[in-house]
Amino acid sequence: HSHLLELLKRTTVHGESNSALIIGPRGSGKTTLLNHVLKDLREMNQVRENLLEVHLNGKKNPFLSGLLQTNDKVALKEITRQLQLENVVGDKVFGSFAENLAFLLEALRRGNRSSSCPILFVLDEFDLFVHHKNQTLLYNLFDISQSAQTPVTVIGLTCRQDILELLEKRVKSRFSHRQIYLMNSFDFKEYIKIFKKQLSLPAEFPNEAFAQKWNNNVQHLSEDKTVQDVLQRLFHRTKDLRSLHLLLVLAVSAVTVHHPLPTAADLQEASRQHSSDSRANIVHGLSVLEICLIIAMKHLNEVYDGEPFNFQMVYNEFQKFIQRKAHSMYNFEKPVVMKAFEHLLQLELVQPLERPSARAQREFLLMKLLLDSSQIMEALQVYPNCPTDVKQWAASSLSWL
Amino acid sequence: MPNLEHPAYPAADLARLESLVPCRESQVSMLLSIFGERQQFSFPSIFIYGHTSSGKTYVMQTLLTTLQLPHVFVNCVEHFTSRLLLEEILIQLQNCSGTEQTSPVHCDTLNDFVRLFKQALASQELQDQTLYIVLDRAEQLREMEANILPAFLRLQELTDRNVTVVLLSEIVWELFRPNVGCFEPFTMYFPDYSIGHLQKILSQNHPPEYSADFYAAYINILLGVFYMVCRDLKELQHLAALNFAKYCEPVVRGEANERDTRKLWKNIEPHLKKAMQTVYLREISSSQWERLQQDGGEPGQLKGLSAHTHVELPYYSKFLLIAAYLASYNPVRTDKRFFLKHHGKIRKTNFMKKHEKTSNHLLGPKPFPLDRLLAILYSIVDNRVAPTANIFSQITSLVTLQLLSMVGQHDQLDGPRYKCTVSLDFIRTIAR
Repeated sequence: HSHLLELLKRTTVHGESNSALIIGPRGSGKTTLLNHVLKDLREMNQVRENLLEVHLNGKKNPFLSGLLQTNDKVALKEITRQLQLENVVGDKVFGSFAENLAFLLEALRRGNRSSSCPILFVLDEFDLFVHHKNQTLLYNLFDISQSAQTPVTVIGLTCRQDILELLEKRVKSRFSHRQIYLMNSFDFKEYIKIFKKQLSLPAEFPNEAFAQKWNNNVQHLSEDKTVQDVLQRLFHRTKDLRSLHLLLVLAVSAVTVHHPLPTAADLQEASRQHSSDSRANIVHGLSVLEICLIIAMKHLNEVYDGEPFNFQMVYNEFQKFIQRKAHSMYNFEKPVVMKAFEHLLQLELVQPLERPSARAQREFLLMKLLLDSSQIMEALQVYPNCPTDVKQWAASSLSWL
Repeated sequence: MPNLEHPAYPAADLARLESLVPCRESQVSMLLSIFGERQQFSFPSIFIYGHTSSGKTYVMQTLLTTLQLPHVFVNCVEHFTSRLLLEEILIQLQNCSGTEQTSPVHCDTLNDFVRLFKQALASQELQDQTLYIVLDRAEQLREMEANILPAFLRLQELTDRNVTVVLLSEIVWELFRPNVGCFEPFTMYFPDYSIGHLQKILSQNHPPEYSADFYAAYINILLGVFYMVCRDLKELQHLAALNFAKYCEPVVRGEANERDTRKLWKNIEPHLKKAMQTVYLREISSSQWERLQQDGGEPGQLKGLSAHTHVELPYYSKFLLIAAYLASYNPVRTDKRFFLKHHGKIRKTNFMKKHEKTSNHLLGPKPFPLDRLLAILYSIVDNRVAPTANIFSQITSLVTLQLLSMVGQHDQLDGPRYKCTVSLDFIRTIAR
């Protein structure tokens, strides 16, 4: 935090040009950090302005996001718009990107000859800018930040650790190789403290007594063993603060007028919902015929060690089951079974290995199953009204083949 | 059953909402608690998944219109490119404000969209209420440009406004996630209806002439036949509506009264089984089905869609097709044995033993060269067949009918190779 602040201060106060990259996994707070630093900086500059008026005539922060500006032309238009230079550019036609950018920066030179406005470029989703053609935008921005004309700072935010390998050689050489890494490096005790802080009500809450009661309850919860178990499980899975946030929202949404304080049971329920297997949920809603098809596919996978299968094979397997073992299942006709199979395709539980062409017959298209056999067995346990012979078929090995 | 309560919304609205969405109260109350009050910021993105016709679209629409929350509803299959999608959202936003200025909107990229969106929101009197953008069939978003999905998930952050994007889909979230990760939405599951729920919902549509019990018994029978195959609410509703007239026939004719369940069951049972093969598979349309019921026709008269694929072929074409089927499904080694008068013994090698399990019938047809086809043809047809242009043109017409398919390039030097694309049943009917 202090590094970044220093960096930006140097640009604005001393007129130095700089560039930096902030790297960290998703949800580690890069954008929040940057906003925080910018807020601090603005407050500081207000102070400075009162003291020395000469220096800054205003600072422009174009904010670019890799998601929105998908190629360099769009990016340039956005820069023009954000710097509010549209009327200056007007009808001029530029030969190259570099000329365009240079012209823009020239236009920012205000009367004061000693300094023009320092510009801060913030590039969010930096890795997407790297995929533009020739990386012209990056090249030019870094070029300007190295040459001494206008004080420009370029800050990139990205979640890819290998971002430096993606930069071209000429771009990399102009980059100052300053990197700030943000990792979620807190341990479990701090995690619990964060949990408490997130859940407590701030001091400015209007109803004092309620706030007091709420905060006491939160303190109580953070010492409860079951709550700590829940948090421990989440902590082992991901240290990301966003998931903690989701979990807390789920728990707090159970709070109503009749149930004013969140309890440990709420948190447990929220954790269960949060970590439920979504594929198992989908399997729960399938019809019995579709479940039989999935079990047939599981057996095929076991026999052939995961080689892809087609509908004809699955149907064959299903027929074998009906003839030998089934009492509760009626022998459905082939088109009906085909319709059930296509429903599974639509839900993307089964995926074809290659796109279906008009030439090949549908029944012989090779597919693979996207469910694990343990997932299937678990889902069968909770499946409502499952006929017993189907369950036994699923659990059996192929010794009866 | 929990009553929907929320301090921000009037109780009358909530009661009406509850009556419109049976069996979905817990999901609606969860959604209400996430939405919060009108002006509160909610999650930037919510992802709702569940089975086909588990009520996701219906519940969202009813919720948003009953409580009159400002929303934009777009179907991603209807607007399948990014430009169509973005322009539709902006157009609906204009209509939302109630003013009649429908100026044509031109929006190509997400960049323009964000700018125009901010402008459109500024010109409306939403009083800081949350705007909901609902994208139905969101799995199509994956097929569009790669930046659309992550951008929509972060729309609240990118536009810095009070907006929430709701994605509805059948596919689970793990298949949506882009490779580099994205802003994770709040995922919610709409569980499928249990058999009790299905019964309750289906029984609500009973026609007023008959009692609710009578209709409930009918639904029971229907579910007993179809529940194992299909749990889709829409299909079951369709089937229930079509077959009810037949079910009531004995009562109308005076042969049985409403309580005679056994007679009604005997009457309706073969009918439902027939329905499974035809209407359920969409072989015949529902109007044809109704006409059939009125005439009381026999199953032989049913000309479903698959019946139309049985074409009448000329004499030599039938033999050609049978020869093609044999060529596709028998391995080359066995040709000598089957088709020559004096055959030698076939030595089973290790190769054959390993591959015995996967019989050719399961793997599909194999391609064969033209000469082999002609050779087999000569051996199955009794009289001598001259290789005239007639035969060759019949082969080409079989390809056009898609009963054979050509494998490989058109200008192969060794001669064209073909593959037979029909099933054994078809061959059997032809061979008769």
